[in-house]
Amino acid sequence: MSFMHYLRAFYGIVWRELLRFLQQRERLLAALVRPLIWLIIFAAGFRAALGISIIPPYETYITYDVYITPGLLAMIQLFQGMQSSLSMVYDREMGSMRVLLTTPLPRWFLLVSRLFAGVLVSLAQVYTFLLVAWLCGVELPVWGYLVALPALVLTGMMFGALGMLLSSTIKQLENFAGIMNFVIFPMFFASSALYPLWKMREGSLTLYYVCLYNPFTWAVELIRFAFYMKMNWEALGIVAGCTLVFLALSVWAYDPSRGIQQRKVAAPA
Amino acid sequence: MQKEAPSDGSDRVPVLSVKDVSYWYGSKHALDDVSFDVYPGKVTALLGPNGAGKTTLFSLITRLFDAPTGRIEIDGRSASESGFKALGPLGVVFQQPTLDLDLTVRQNLRYFAALRGLKRKEADERMNRALDALDMKERIAEKVRSLNGGHRRRVEIARALLHGPKLLLLDEPTIGLDDPTRSAIVRHIHALARSDNIGVLWATHLFDEIEPDDDLLVLDRGRIVARGEAKEVVAETGAKTLGGAFKLLIGGDAEEDVAA
Repeated sequence: MSFMHYLRAFYGIVWRELLRFLQQRERLLAALVRPLIWLIIFAAGFRAALGISIIPPYETYITYDVYITPGLLAMIQLFQGMQSSLSMVYDREMGSMRVLLTTPLPRWFLLVSRLFAGVLVSLAQVYTFLLVAWLCGVELPVWGYLVALPALVLTGMMFGALGMLLSSTIKQLENFAGIMNFVIFPMFFASSALYPLWKMREGSLTLYYVCLYNPFTWAVELIRFAFYMKMNWEALGIVAGCTLVFLALSVWAYDPSRGIQQRKVAAPA
Repeated sequence: MQKEAPSDGSDRVPVLSVKDVSYWYGSKHALDDVSFDVYPGKVTALLGPNGAGKTTLFSLITRLFDAPTGRIEIDGRSASESGFKALGPLGVVFQQPTLDLDLTVRQNLRYFAALRGLKRKEADERMNRALDALDMKERIAEKVRSLNGGHRRRVEIARALLHGPKLLLLDEPTIGLDDPTRSAIVRHIHALARSDNIGVLWATHLFDEIEPDDDLLVLDRGRIVARGEAKEVVAETGAKTLGGAFKLLIGGDAEEDVAA
């Protein structure tokens, strides 16, 4: 298998995902409406009630809508990760996953390519949301839009790898909605997306620790700091570590010598 | 009743070799010590009732999961030792449809061509040839969702042939199709095997898809109960037809069909 074979296969997988995304315009709409409701309605209501003190990476007082924007970006990526996972379960049920898995290339490469394709889709959603947010008056540092890109790629990979891992454990499409709700909402609410951790600590020490050990919190912080052109090394380490762990477990779960796929790819004939 | 393979294949090199493969689902024995070869230019029919183990066998050959015992070689390469590389000479049409319904025929085939590392120009040329041979060239720009079952199957066959495989696996590819479409596909695959020297393993439970000269494997409850050329298997059971022979081999009642 030549380098060009890998390159063409990677291109093919990414191209197919983007094509599917472009054909599902309602998917982009749904991806935007959800965070925009938070930004326009929720943030407007809480802007007056909640004041955000000066905490890193901010150097001045900020409005609440500016504070929650990184959290909403992470939410978009988390939903995309789950959507990608749903798409993998769907492909498996519909059979098209077999075409991918019987390709004469390493399975880890096929899965990482698929993961990266999902990240590109999530970036398209994130930057469209940022454009709409900017039109709504949410302004972030201009260079932050560019500097945050590597952070968004990494967080997208983490959520995509988590989704891929979940897809290996879900036997049927019908079970997916329950799993999604079980993962998305606790991850989002028990994090620093909506309120800073110090504020959480004042309210409940237990909840504070839950938020602290939630990878979503660190994804949000990595994005937040990146937008202000600062590096949060702790967040980078945790997000990178979680990405590797989720990815390794996914590759393990999809390995043909393991048991997980065997129960699902082919029913006994 | 176990029939041995005729000795005329000893000088040929098999494109698929399955030796002593067994597989279990928990305590259920899905495949029991299965061994056989598939040769280039020949169609090998894998005949068995539902639940015989055909799809399990296909999943092992395509490495959707690994065989815990035995050895599978594709074009001389062991699937367990060479891993994904063994899948290179393989073209597959699964029993379950595997096309992306929301993409066009062209997009589906280009996606597969990319996975197989074909250049765009080469892929387009092969695509046109394969679709032309299956009378599907005019439908290339249509979404798969708009095609009927027979046309979808033709696209899947064209896709499986796109990279010039040495071994073609067909897992009940004509299931649910009308008779004229079925006959056309059967004729096309047999002609293709001969003209392109492709080894074909064709899982089916429809007797009229098997030609007298085809190699035949009869699989029942995970075991191969007969093998040889189809006409020989029929003759050795004393049945008049392949259907009669099959019923005898798997323990069914086919007395009226047995030759006097």
